[in-house]
Amino acid sequence: MRNWLAIFLGGLLFLWGSLGQAKKPYRIGALFSVTGPTSFIGDPEKKTLEMLVEEVNRAGGINGHPVEAIIYDTQGEETLTVQKFMRLVTQDRVLAVIGPSRTGTSLAVAPLAERYRVPLISCAAGIRIVEPVRPYVFKVAQSDRLAVKKIYGYLKAHGLTRVGILTVSNGFGQSGRQELKRLAPQYGITIVADELFGPKDTDMKPQLIRIRKAKAQAVICWGTNPGPAIVARNMRELGMTQKLIMSHGVASRRFIELAGKAAEGIILPAGKLIVAHELPDTDPQKPLLLSYIKRYKARYGVEPSSFGGHAYDAFLLLKKALAQAGADRKAIRDALENMKGVRGIHGIFNMSPQDHNGLSEREAFVLVEIRGGDFHLLKE
Amino acid sequence: MILELLFSGLVNGAIYALIALGFMIIYSATGVINFAQGEFVMVGAMLTAWLAGRGWPLLLVLPLALAGATLTGILTERFTIRPAREASPLTLIIITIGVSILLKGVAMLLWGKEPLPASPFWAGPPLSFFKAALPRQGLLVLGTSALVFVVVAAFFRYTLWGKAMRACAYNRFGARILGINLSGLTCLAFGISAALSGLAGTVIAPLVFASYDMGTMLGLKGFSAAVFGGLGSAGGALLGGFILGILEALAAGYLSSAYKDAIAFILLLVVLFLRPEGLLSPEKMEKL
Repeated sequence: MRNWLAIFLGGLLFLWGSLGQAKKPYRIGALFSVTGPTSFIGDPEKKTLEMLVEEVNRAGGINGHPVEAIIYDTQGEETLTVQKFMRLVTQDRVLAVIGPSRTGTSLAVAPLAERYRVPLISCAAGIRIVEPVRPYVFKVAQSDRLAVKKIYGYLKAHGLTRVGILTVSNGFGQSGRQELKRLAPQYGITIVADELFGPKDTDMKPQLIRIRKAKAQAVICWGTNPGPAIVARNMRELGMTQKLIMSHGVASRRFIELAGKAAEGIILPAGKLIVAHELPDTDPQKPLLLSYIKRYKARYGVEPSSFGGHAYDAFLLLKKALAQAGADRKAIRDALENMKGVRGIHGIFNMSPQDHNGLSEREAFVLVEIRGGDFHLLKE
Repeated sequence: MILELLFSGLVNGAIYALIALGFMIIYSATGVINFAQGEFVMVGAMLTAWLAGRGWPLLLVLPLALAGATLTGILTERFTIRPAREASPLTLIIITIGVSILLKGVAMLLWGKEPLPASPFWAGPPLSFFKAALPRQGLLVLGTSALVFVVVAAFFRYTLWGKAMRACAYNRFGARILGINLSGLTCLAFGISAALSGLAGTVIAPLVFASYDMGTMLGLKGFSAAVFGGLGSAGGALLGGFILGILEALAAGYLSSAYKDAIAFILLLVVLFLRPEGLLSPEKMEKL
């Protein structure tokens, strides 16, 4: 008798469960460098995506379809990324893929996304991911070009036309260097010194001495920690007073910790997230930014980094595309390409067949100044 | 400009010289090239940045960082080199590569992958000298290393252990016949060598930040300096270190910063083609 009751109850539970999930889940994939040297990028991305998927499912899914996210760790390696991508496409049969985190890994899987016709929304910055445009490949992170435009706009407005550039000799630095040199004439800026440093270099004084000798009015340094922090300290050690401008590659509090007092007065372009509280109330992104910070902090106990914001934007776009297109890869791609005016963490996305990034320098970056050991919005 | 470049080169050169000296001491005593040398620098730098970051006073941090690096050196000798002391130098060299990977991994687990900052020991604006700006921490590095070089030179010249080590460098077998305690000597060599490298790490922590993987490049530079000067000669190690540092600075300042490492290393190669034994080699001195 008791057995029958158990079976009856179990059956009821099963029916109830299947009723609640009446619609087939939308299955999406994600590739992030959760571990490895670039874990600082992939880890907040994974956490953000997990948070968002949970929120969507709690709110009843997309048009009643729950979302199932399969997240794989790429360790930031190209080979592993390709393997995991193949697995997402051939075994897990996902509708679309978010990531990878790095430019290198994104470029490695972009041709595969084309071949298998799977929409890919990369979270990396490199402009080559979407230039030339590949029909199925999109990206949400701001390109270097937008950061360069922002910096040059500032320099031009302040009459600083002679600049020395100091870039790190890796992919990030050289992509920045290319854009710096390409866009300089448009803004009437002369690059009087073009210096490089190695990612593991410990002393950049010789390069800075050269820049000073070339009578530069401002120094633009393009790199990721710890190199730029050494540059900032070296300038102090040499008693140089030229304006120092950094790239968005150091837009984290870690940089201020490393450079210490030498960070004071440095100007850099950054996503709005790090100065969300200082934005004017008229800023269309402000409510979203504050809400993201609050939700992320409540769940993980720390403030989100700009990298998490890329995963946020990617999921935001994909969610809208899924709502419009349903479970069809081609239709999702078409919907992504026609996204207009989507307010994200790192800008307002206006995709088009010619632009699969869809950001403009007006919203994607703000200039911030380091004062009193923190980032502050620079009034333009 | 030239003064500032030279000064920057001298400071880096002093660091390379300290590391090269470490290579040379272990090579003299054991005939082994210790590829974990750079990791001793890293341990010194990491301990300095970590302890100073916790607000400990500098007077406590510096001896502790030095002691930590020295201990790492001694433990390396006790647990990896000694058990394999009958093996060929080549095997021992491969063991040191393993030690280097191990130390790097342990440091990564202990302190994480992010570089740690340390504030300069001697803060303030740069000192002015003939219109050239000389950073204070740089002067400190130069002063400390000069002092250490004098102490090391005195050790080799006047103490029994120092003389024993030199004897060992000339002829290991002969030294053993004369009753020199090779086992103790090896341990001492590792200790001194690690202490010197640890000191290099301690003084540069405020200049370059400490990170778990900083040792590889510094070790390589120190090794080049040691080979350049002639492995097995203290004077050569110093000369090699300073020349490498100055070459790098001048190459970056006058030729091209993109190829500064290449230029410095090519010049080193040229010298080695002309003088394969290095600038000052012990064999040469023996003949004198």
